[in-house]
Amino acid sequence: MFDDRYTLAFKAYPYEKSPDQSAENPVRHPVVVMGGGPVGMATALDLGRQGVPVLVLDDHEGVGMGSRAICFAKRSLEIADRYGCGDPMLEKGVVWNVGKVFHEDRQVFEFNLLPEEGHKFPAFINMQQPYFEQFMIERARALQAEGAPIQIRGKNRVESVDVQDDHVVLTVMTPDGPYTLEADWLIGCDGASSPLRGMLGLDFSGRVFQDSFLIADIKMINTNFPTERWFWFDPPFKSAGASTLLHKQPDDVWRVDFQIGWDVDRKEEMKEKNIRARLDAFLGGDVEYEIVWSSIYTFQCKRMENFRAGPVIFAGDAAHQVSPFGARGANSGMQDVDNLGWKLGLVVNGKAPVSLLDSYNSERIFGADENVLNSTRSTDFITPKSDTSRLFRDAVLHLSERFEFARPLVNSGRLSVPCVYDTSTLNSADNLAGGPARTRPGAPCPDAPLGDGYLLSHLGDGFVLLAIDSDAPDEIVESGITIKTISISAKDDPSGQLAARYLGQAQRGVYLIRPDQHVTARMATFDEAEIRAALRRATGQEIV
Amino acid sequence: MSDLTLTANIDSPDDFYADLLDIHEGHSKEESEAINARLILILANHIGNRDVLKQALAAAVS
Repeated sequence: MFDDRYTLAFKAYPYEKSPDQSAENPVRHPVVVMGGGPVGMATALDLGRQGVPVLVLDDHEGVGMGSRAICFAKRSLEIADRYGCGDPMLEKGVVWNVGKVFHEDRQVFEFNLLPEEGHKFPAFINMQQPYFEQFMIERARALQAEGAPIQIRGKNRVESVDVQDDHVVLTVMTPDGPYTLEADWLIGCDGASSPLRGMLGLDFSGRVFQDSFLIADIKMINTNFPTERWFWFDPPFKSAGASTLLHKQPDDVWRVDFQIGWDVDRKEEMKEKNIRARLDAFLGGDVEYEIVWSSIYTFQCKRMENFRAGPVIFAGDAAHQVSPFGARGANSGMQDVDNLGWKLGLVVNGKAPVSLLDSYNSERIFGADENVLNSTRSTDFITPKSDTSRLFRDAVLHLSERFEFARPLVNSGRLSVPCVYDTSTLNSADNLAGGPARTRPGAPCPDAPLGDGYLLSHLGDGFVLLAIDSDAPDEIVESGITIKTISISAKDDPSGQLAARYLGQAQRGVYLIRPDQHVTARMATFDEAEIRAALRRATGQEIV
Repeated sequence: MSDLTLTANIDSPDDFYADLLDIHEGHSKEESEAINARLILILANHIGNRDVLKQALAAAVS
């Protein structure tokens, strides 16, 4: 009855019988999350921190094996930091800045990401996905101990759902048999092959790429590589793979990805001797290593037409799937949760209309489309689908060795950056003349130095009025929602980065910032009526 | 003598590259070669300057 679909990296929430299972009538929960992966756990953290009761149902008892998503972008770390678990991730993760691109037997160029200064977090870290999940689960446990209304139930598999207008009835299988419960809101965080999507018969369309990659995580025994990203197009070690990526992870583990083609015998390829044959061709015969984990993946760029179906909302891979180039999978899932959490919290608490959730749909579909576009282009560059496409790809690589102009065209993945919700109906007009484009309404707040720390750490979870060298009241309450003012001065950052990112040509400015740290309005001086209108608009209470 | 620009100068390079591949979509190899030839001549005419064109020709075969 309860065969695991995969092996666990570690057990985190062993099955325990809950009182709900013997309740006379189905117990109603405000929010049930289906799936305890990174997106589901982030949802629990977001809602639990707001005091919104949240129940996570997972069909396993912990975190699955395998490094899987290894690249965590700055924005994901900032979101995790808001939840209180960014620091252990930063401490564990590997930071790299140098990348090398090879074509056939030559290095064609080397790049340095030269990260912008004045941010708490780097552009990204490499870290095995189980660590990312573990730090979030540990945070959930700490919050539970402080009384946050988070429940996690292992070996609770949702068997069927009955969607009503204003709630969902779930049948859940456990080792003690099935039980029924109800949810005002059901959040589907159940991954790319989402059983929930299947149960509801919802579409998931897009492109399937006819290629597959073999991943091998290896631990070096008698040699080492630098902490750099190396990518080969058409490498000389042809028997290893058609393109190859080498990337460092914590614990002295390297991730190797080999492009192995479409018509492969998975079982045959997964035999250790065959994986070793590829690795030996790649590394040379003298290198000794241990294989930590391996897998074969194929990929697709797909998304649901709508991320919300009445009281059911989808997030992460369940809602959209991209090819892995650019690290836009788990990272976009974290942005989904960041976007959904505060909106759902306001709706559950009766402080915003249900229609606010439609903006989750439109904003995150905008994000998903951006991710699909970028990862599709990277895939087309890495695995050209026609002779002409290959001709240009090889020409770009050839030219990039000597001519700088061709390097921006080389596409082995465009790394995930948070999207700017330019077209969002929640935004108010940009009324800060001379303000930088990067902090326009819709944009995620870039971090900046502030005193001894960083700006984003001060923004927190609620609506914030950021007054820079401007007068504003300490607090404004509009429609039952509190806007807290943070008054700062450009002088709080002698490096000038804060002013460059938030003032530009302006001398002072006032920003209204959403709980997900996106700018929703900005103006030259505090105008109470304008702020109140912007808050109403940002919470779906005012039709534009 | 004008210099050929060999530093990055294309606005939104990924968009341009996608547009470039798009015009070849659905064409045979021969048709694509003809499209490329026409494209080279159109761009060469736009550049106009013989010095620059000579440098571009040399860069392409080097």
